[in-house]
Amino acid sequence: MSDVAQGAGLATTYRDAMREAIREALIADPRVFLMGEDVGAYGGCYAVSKGLLDEFGPERIRDTPLSESAFVGAGIGAALGGMHPIVEIMTVNFSLLALDQIINNAATIRHMSGGQFNVPIVIRMATGAGRQLAAQHSHSLEGWYAHIPGLKIVTPATIEDARFMLAAALADPNPVLIFEHVMLYNMKGTLAPDAGPVDISKAKIRRPGKDVTLITYGGTLFKTLDAAETLAKDGVDAEVIDLRVLRPLDTETILASVRKTRRAVIVDEGWRSGSLSAEISARIMEGAFWDLDAPVGRVCSAEVPIPYPHHLEEAALPQPATIVAAAKATLGS
Amino acid sequence: MTEHGLKPHLTREHVLELLRQMLRVRRFEEKCAELYQREKIRGFLHLYIGEEAIAVGVMQALEIRDAIVATYREHGHALLRGVSADAIMAEMYGKLEGCSRGRGGSMHLFDAATRFYGGNAIVAGGLPLAVGLALAEKMMGRDGVVACFFGDGAVAEGEFHESLNLAELWKLPVLFICENNLYAMGTRLDRSEAQTDIHVKAAGYNVPAEVVDGMDVVAVEAAARRSVAAIRAGGGPALLECRTYRFRAHSMFDPQLYREKAEVEGWKTHDPIDRFMDWLRQTHNVHDADIAAIEQATAAEIEQAVAFAEAGQWEPEDMLTTEVYAEGAAP
Repeated sequence: MSDVAQGAGLATTYRDAMREAIREALIADPRVFLMGEDVGAYGGCYAVSKGLLDEFGPERIRDTPLSESAFVGAGIGAALGGMHPIVEIMTVNFSLLALDQIINNAATIRHMSGGQFNVPIVIRMATGAGRQLAAQHSHSLEGWYAHIPGLKIVTPATIEDARFMLAAALADPNPVLIFEHVMLYNMKGTLAPDAGPVDISKAKIRRPGKDVTLITYGGTLFKTLDAAETLAKDGVDAEVIDLRVLRPLDTETILASVRKTRRAVIVDEGWRSGSLSAEISARIMEGAFWDLDAPVGRVCSAEVPIPYPHHLEEAALPQPATIVAAAKATLGS
Repeated sequence: MTEHGLKPHLTREHVLELLRQMLRVRRFEEKCAELYQREKIRGFLHLYIGEEAIAVGVMQALEIRDAIVATYREHGHALLRGVSADAIMAEMYGKLEGCSRGRGGSMHLFDAATRFYGGNAIVAGGLPLAVGLALAEKMMGRDGVVACFFGDGAVAEGEFHESLNLAELWKLPVLFICENNLYAMGTRLDRSEAQTDIHVKAAGYNVPAEVVDGMDVVAVEAAARRSVAAIRAGGGPALLECRTYRFRAHSMFDPQLYREKAEVEGWKTHDPIDRFMDWLRQTHNVHDADIAAIEQATAAEIEQAVAFAEAGQWEPEDMLTTEVYAEGAAP
């Protein structure tokens, strides 16, 4: 990790941080390669891999046919064969065409083979709504994938995590799925001078507080932090947890915070029914019920296919105002 | 027997070995069926009986450096690849000493030592894995070939088409072997495919393909040797359609309502083992004593495997959740 600090202290974007992470991985390990739809000549649907084809060539930056099942499965096979592939699926919506490979193969092979074979693959994909792309391009299905034993699910929400989670994912011997929220790619920020390797087993407290715990991840982190600022003006000191990893969940960090604040609201762009937010709520009930002063609240997407018009899309998604209202409800106000 | 373009050297030693391997698979699976009736083996059990010439023929063309991806009808493939009968039988019993630690059972035989990448129970699910394994061979500068077995049912899946395209596009060393037994479970090929000549489909992806009599072990070996040689020479993937027939039910739960007994009996007159034995008697001076010696050794191997499985241990329940995730850094 010789160039870990490279780029630290520099203004960058989430997209550029992710690209730098891929570059670093390609430079560091000849077993790493990137493949997916339009990752090469086009530069990536969200321009994450722009320029990498010129730098690394077509052997290591592989444009694939629109065959999600084949190229994700080929990534799994390549991982079995000793490579460390980074497979980009353009969006989570298209990952549904590769579910067989992800769930029946990547997630099972280690256990089913009695521990003989690892699948050290990283599968990246864009997730989430907010760009008026309508119902088939706006899913947030990361919580769904988090249902599956054998997979690890990470959701970088900050520039630092965009820059450093990939290396941790590649170092992990298990299949790791990275969900990148589409609204984060343009986010600008500065990498701290001391930014470096990150731990993908732990959640992070992004804002300490004492009155209510707001639990979120990915695309809703900054909406939740906005809500926390509004709450602060109203005298409510909210703690904000960025889950960062949806499987395995860092239950300890969640419970420790809830035991302190005695109130919790989960903010998740996924739908409410049978969801990750339901799982977190259940874990709080199981682990901190007697510490609670109020029922656990949830702010999720409306249970509709995400609509195209801007105002309806915004109405369907968690927003700072709804988060503020849910937090205040736990305080009886 | 087909001798057109033959690379196999049909020495007496070699033909006896082909016979021995087919008989090993046949007798092993007959024992499996018996053990299933005795409830020693549970779950699904898919027998390869009638199709043995394909795996035996193809394996002759493969080497240690090559890799295998198979289906849920893979006991024979594992046995022929060199996974021990003991470890396979213990796996069928669900015992800790099984080749997948008892966790996979009949449909999920795995063995790292022989590069046997599983029994896959999703029809066509193994094809993309084979493409990826072949990609790793190419990118890591190795020259192994990946042999990918699948049935005629798999060609209806998108993964078959996607995988052939990708393998040819990237010129990857995959030998696709379609074991066409004419039925996708209970659906006859002509009831599910508009084009029933499976090898013809490969032309749509520029993949060289051959059709071969899958009941003729020498013909399969010859075709596999030709294909593997072309693949190893850098020609990209190839497809072999091996026409065969499954003598037994699809699985142990199948009452076979979809085919006539006469059809099954008709195919049994093409039994790859009987046919080969007759030919050997006529052409290679093989006698009953030779066959009896093979049968005896095979019976001993199987008896030993059953004893091994019987003596095996059940994995302790407190190990249940181990190996869901690998610990530590990626190798």
